[in-house]
Amino acid sequence: MNAPMQPPESRYAVLDAAPRRARDILLRWEVILVILLVATIVVNTIVSPYFLDVFNLADATFNFSEKAIIALGMALLILVRQIDLSVAAIVALAAMGIGYAAEAGFGPAGLFATGIGIGILCGVFNGFLVTYAGLPSIVVTIGTMSLFRGITQVILGDQAKTKYPAEFLELGQSYFIKMKESGVSWLFIPPIPLSFLIFLVLTAIFGIVLHKTATGRKLFAIGSNPVAARFSGIAVDRLTFLLFVVSGMLCGLAAALLTARLGSMRSNIAIGWELDIVTMVILGGVSIAGGVGSILGVFLAVLTLGLVTFGMSLNNIPGQVVSVYIGLLLIAVIAIPRIADKLGLRTGR
Amino acid sequence: MSDPILTLSGVSKSFPGVRALHDISLSLQPGRVTAVIGENGAGKSTIVKILTGIYRPDAGEIRVGGEQKHFSSPRDAWAAGIAAIHQETVMFDELSVAENIFTGHMPTGSTRLVDWAEMRKKSAELLKRIDAPIPPEFKLKRLSVAQKHLVEIARALSHEARVVIMDEPTAALSANEIDDLFRIVEQLKAEGRAIVFISHKFDEIFRIADDFVCLRDGEKVGEGPISSVTEAQLVRMMVGRPVDQVFPKRDVPIGEVVLSVKNLSNATEYADVSFDLRRGEILGLYGLVGAGRTEAMQGLFGITPVTRGTVSLDGRQLSIHSPSDAIAAGISYVPEDRQDQGAILSLGIRENVTLANLSKYVRGLFLSRPAEQEATRSLGRRLAVKAANWEQRLGELSGGNQQKVVIAKWLATRPKVIVLDEPTKGIDVGSKAAVHDFIGELAQDGLAVVLISSELPEVMGLADRVIVMKEGRIVDEFKRGAWSAEQIVGAATGAAKEAA
Amino acid sequence: MKGFVNYRELALGLILVVGVAAIGAYQPVFLAWENISDLLTETSVLFMMALAQMVVILTRGIDLSVAANLALSGMIAALVSQYYPDTPLLLMILAGVITGLVLGLINGGLIAFLGIPPIVVTLGTLAVYRGMIIIIAGGDQVNASEMGAAFQAFPKQVLLGLTSPVWIAIGVSILFWVFLNLTRAGRGLYAVGGNPVAARYCGIDQKKQEMLAYSISGAVAGLCGYLWVARYGVAYSEIANGYELTVIAACVIGGVSIGGGVGSVAGTLLGALFLGIVMTALPVLQISPFWQMAISGAVILAAVVINARAEKRPEKLILPEARRIGRVRA
Repeated sequence: MNAPMQPPESRYAVLDAAPRRARDILLRWEVILVILLVATIVVNTIVSPYFLDVFNLADATFNFSEKAIIALGMALLILVRQIDLSVAAIVALAAMGIGYAAEAGFGPAGLFATGIGIGILCGVFNGFLVTYAGLPSIVVTIGTMSLFRGITQVILGDQAKTKYPAEFLELGQSYFIKMKESGVSWLFIPPIPLSFLIFLVLTAIFGIVLHKTATGRKLFAIGSNPVAARFSGIAVDRLTFLLFVVSGMLCGLAAALLTARLGSMRSNIAIGWELDIVTMVILGGVSIAGGVGSILGVFLAVLTLGLVTFGMSLNNIPGQVVSVYIGLLLIAVIAIPRIADKLGLRTGR
Repeated sequence: MSDPILTLSGVSKSFPGVRALHDISLSLQPGRVTAVIGENGAGKSTIVKILTGIYRPDAGEIRVGGEQKHFSSPRDAWAAGIAAIHQETVMFDELSVAENIFTGHMPTGSTRLVDWAEMRKKSAELLKRIDAPIPPEFKLKRLSVAQKHLVEIARALSHEARVVIMDEPTAALSANEIDDLFRIVEQLKAEGRAIVFISHKFDEIFRIADDFVCLRDGEKVGEGPISSVTEAQLVRMMVGRPVDQVFPKRDVPIGEVVLSVKNLSNATEYADVSFDLRRGEILGLYGLVGAGRTEAMQGLFGITPVTRGTVSLDGRQLSIHSPSDAIAAGISYVPEDRQDQGAILSLGIRENVTLANLSKYVRGLFLSRPAEQEATRSLGRRLAVKAANWEQRLGELSGGNQQKVVIAKWLATRPKVIVLDEPTKGIDVGSKAAVHDFIGELAQDGLAVVLISSELPEVMGLADRVIVMKEGRIVDEFKRGAWSAEQIVGAATGAAKEAA
Repeated sequence: MKGFVNYRELALGLILVVGVAAIGAYQPVFLAWENISDLLTETSVLFMMALAQMVVILTRGIDLSVAANLALSGMIAALVSQYYPDTPLLLMILAGVITGLVLGLINGGLIAFLGIPPIVVTLGTLAVYRGMIIIIAGGDQVNASEMGAAFQAFPKQVLLGLTSPVWIAIGVSILFWVFLNLTRAGRGLYAVGGNPVAARYCGIDQKKQEMLAYSISGAVAGLCGYLWVARYGVAYSEIANGYELTVIAACVIGGVSIGGGVGSVAGTLLGALFLGIVMTALPVLQISPFWQMAISGAVILAAVVINARAEKRPEKLILPEARRIGRVRA
């Protein structure tokens, strides 16, 4: 004890990165999702000859693209230990705004701007209550969920908004690239619906921001340990606020795409979406405890869920049976590693 | 001497990377107060947790009334008649006083329903026994810290505890409250209970204890009747090694004033904290746990709002409202609570090291991994971080290596002033030495260092100057070469006035 | 019991009384016994569901699957009535309760023993339980004509001016009050949610407490499933869709802290009653029922803000002068 300590001059050999081991790669959440996705495709292809049809698949994306867009914002919120249960209500409020704006003679650009603007305002409201008033987001957004949809109901009653400019409705059903237009026979470009294309572009942007920029790193830090993040000079409240605004903005965008696709809106539009969207995010590997997740995972989960739903609908399986499968999937993918851990620990001792 | 109520023999306990206790034996006599003393990390809290069934010892045995016991839960310890008043109050703020006393063993009638009337009656009796007129139906959150301690004592009595452990019960109490507490301790003694009293304050130990046990680095280094030792002897026993031998103080020329703090105050935690800090200087900030040192430095760093006072760096007055303001100005703060405030355990070493100044590693729009790796490698090597690779998650490293990574994070911001809050708390001896050596190196490189530490040898070995805080204020200042351990501890505990 | 109602609950109760009186002054029909009896009958399920949810939230959990559980248990009870019409009524009700209990145990097991966050588990089981209805019933609904007469008559029976669902809600509320206030297990829920570490020091088994909470939540949802199906005379998969959030809203309005360890039977009942009054008062006042949701949303937000102000973190009292003030305040 009393021997004077030599300052440790010896440098430990420390590698830049861990050597890649097959086991680690195989156990990655994204890989599990890819296997799940491939299995979904294989099973559906065997069961139904119509499944692997490009046009059918393209059509199928209409049914989940709007939710998927909102899921990107939700993923970031859950990553930083927050949640936004008011997303579907924001969609309704924004869709109603779009309905009135359309009656007032706005063009497609104005309608999208209206939807996005209302979404941002709702996000600001949520963000303010959570960050500056310091309230738990789960309760705040249960409250604003009622409030936003309630306002929609008060204003709209049992009316429907059905008058929209033709160009706007066109956008909702349009394909970014139509089969015929690609022209070159040897080059196969699948038809891509506009909403799916927007989802793809946003996925790329969110992926890059989250995984490649300083802002993304800060979000991981906040989700992992908000106190240490604050001590490290990260503006935790400001970023959290921003994420609620982004979530609201995406809801507004989704509202515009949804209204354009449906051509009408009632106050019950998008009802129950919040739970579907949270399911997408959690299945995508974003931990509800914060700090863990990837946009790739969310993307794969969105595709898997979309294709499962589509495949089952091809076989005339009712939607709620599909949800049994999705619910089991959600619990199983989280429970199985934990069960394995428990068994592993027991044999280890 | 009568038969001991409780004996420990050969008790050892290790945690990954740290040996918390080694071969500890002690025995507690009825009607006597045994003071357990030692520096932070000497193993006092581990003994408490073993006695109360929260930890299980790796080796050794516990005997209560001559009978060997194995505690697998806190309930077992209670059943054996051992109850503790913990350092951090582990109680229920939202529940009533009566429930706090009886949670886990509420009185039930023949119907097996909780008998509230009985519970309140018994609570009132227990509280009356210790002369604490707290209404049993009050919610705990309405009570002061001192009153909460009294409720904890009542809880211990409700178990008919023969051994009552008090882990720094006076840390947050005023002089009058301490008098009240000691009166109760005397009473418990008179009732034939054995008391374990853990404290840093020597005046209290000499006032209340009958016997002492001294721990250092998890080993017992002394025991006996308190009347057989002097305060100076105890300090030496606790501190152990001759100070200068382990801490080769580097000879660093001290430059101009870098940081100047004037009258830093907030409403309830600290007042009029003023000091100057020079280039190359290491300023020790000594005091008891809860003296307001951490709070004052967190105010300086922008974590909590400051109500009054100014901070200047290089002669320019700063306006610090958040940690990022402080970082931008060139002030770094390595927090005391490594697990919660310093390290992000689920992120990798690289991600931790670059976190406090991420913008430095942005090339174009994106973070540059090579730039991050470069910084991580150079700082990691400088601090001799031991890891498999720089991507390894911090949670997989030992406490000492985690701390080195946290310090690396703060050095990456290229600060002019670095505040180190208990930088060696809870880390192993080898890493401790590395951190000590590194603090000297920082000063040599021209940084100005504030070292908050409750370990006297650390402060005396490294600092050029020590300021002592007590109850939220600076009470004394000592220069290197013109100090003694007794003087510094005396200033921190308030014992000096009596000695002088 | 002292502290049976605290100031918060008193305030909420006062708001309700004043509100009801004001509505009654404007539309005396609102205060007619018949209307009040209707109001209580309509709200009886919410009373019980909110109490059960409170028990879960006390442990720092949440049960989003309650409405799906209600629908599935109700379907099971209805199917028993349809295919075994000779079964005694009590057994039919029991079929619903036991179904609910089993579903609750599944939630509890996944949460307590696998450590999966409650929100994830119950989000998953919410989808599973609701989907099971279609699978079990083969996609059909069970109509009034297919259910037994006694099965449907029971919720409409009146005793001393109140319907049987109200009496059941009263009985269940008393049971909850006794359980939460007079049993060790009930107090243990508060301890676990209030401070899990301290609860462990007191030898309370957190897993057991969680199992208990989710089982209670499930069993109550099962009972309410029967009442719902029998009263409205139809069982199908969409019953009570989204109702879980109304239930949680009642808890929040009633002062249950989502952070665990805080909540009372009286407060929760008042929270549920508040939503019940809003729902029934609007048509009486000739206000569009579409206002209902907006009002409850605004009230939830107001309730959270009030709750949060009560739970502010105290600063450390280190300075001697601050400590003196602190002592006076305590």
